[in-house]
Amino acid sequence: MADAGSRQRDEAQLIAAILAGNRELYHRLIQPYELSVYRMALSFVKDETEAEDVAQEAFLKAFRDLGNFRGESKFSTWLIAITLNEARRRLRRQTTVRMESLDEDPESGGKVSPALLRDWREIPSEALERREIRALLQEAIEHLSPIYREVVVLRDVEELSVEETAGTLAISIAAVKVRLHRARIMLQKELAPKLKLANAKRRRWLSWY
Amino acid sequence: MVLECKHVWDYISEFLDDSLPAETKELVQKHLANCEICSAILDSTRNILILTADDRVFELPAGYSERLHARLAREIHAANSRPEKPSEE
Repeated sequence: MADAGSRQRDEAQLIAAILAGNRELYHRLIQPYELSVYRMALSFVKDETEAEDVAQEAFLKAFRDLGNFRGESKFSTWLIAITLNEARRRLRRQTTVRMESLDEDPESGGKVSPALLRDWREIPSEALERREIRALLQEAIEHLSPIYREVVVLRDVEELSVEETAGTLAISIAAVKVRLHRARIMLQKELAPKLKLANAKRRRWLSWY
Repeated sequence: MVLECKHVWDYISEFLDDSLPAETKELVQKHLANCEICSAILDSTRNILILTADDRVFELPAGYSERLHARLAREIHAANSRPEKPSEE
């Protein structure tokens, strides 16, 4: 894997070339981000077809606005911010979607408590080959209200830093930490018992053979 | 100072991000060494975050890439066929 610095330099060169008229290079510029943009979109619209629409719109908007990219942030962060705006715009249009939680003050919310377990057996990442496990994770992220889902998707799915997450959402670092904490505990509370059960079932099943 | 379980829970997220002040981190570590419940909560949360960061959780639909690049190609073609405008700045 190319280190982050050299990737950023390559991207800066690609962007300069695209802006100079070599527009075909945009295909290459965005290739590494096809999945990030799609899953960012999917975590908000919940429907694969619509997520694909959002992703396409985001890539088109980034192409049209590329001249405004100043290189102060990473291209990936800029692209993710565009995707987030596009996803939020869609959500606002869907009047049936409950939006009150967007106004909820996360600092004033009640305390969240984790699921209490006495032991935890690691769920190996091979478990993700199972549709059941992937669905559990997707659903748990979907169940979070938007303010929590945004921080989790940026920080724990896209793996942005706390600072980049704050910048993308235009909120303070302290707010990111508070929301992230609550969101992670909510994920643990929903997922730990289900994953444990799914894992135990699997082990029983394997031991019959 | 001894931390109670419910206080340790407040530190889990920052403990995982390794962003706690050194003294707090040490108190949490001491508690974890003796508390199987808090250790299990920490381990399960860490494990869940490892899983959510895995690219396989959300997969691209079949044909997504082809459709995206076809759409971009149309946009690029349209941009190439527009007469050069003077810079807007």
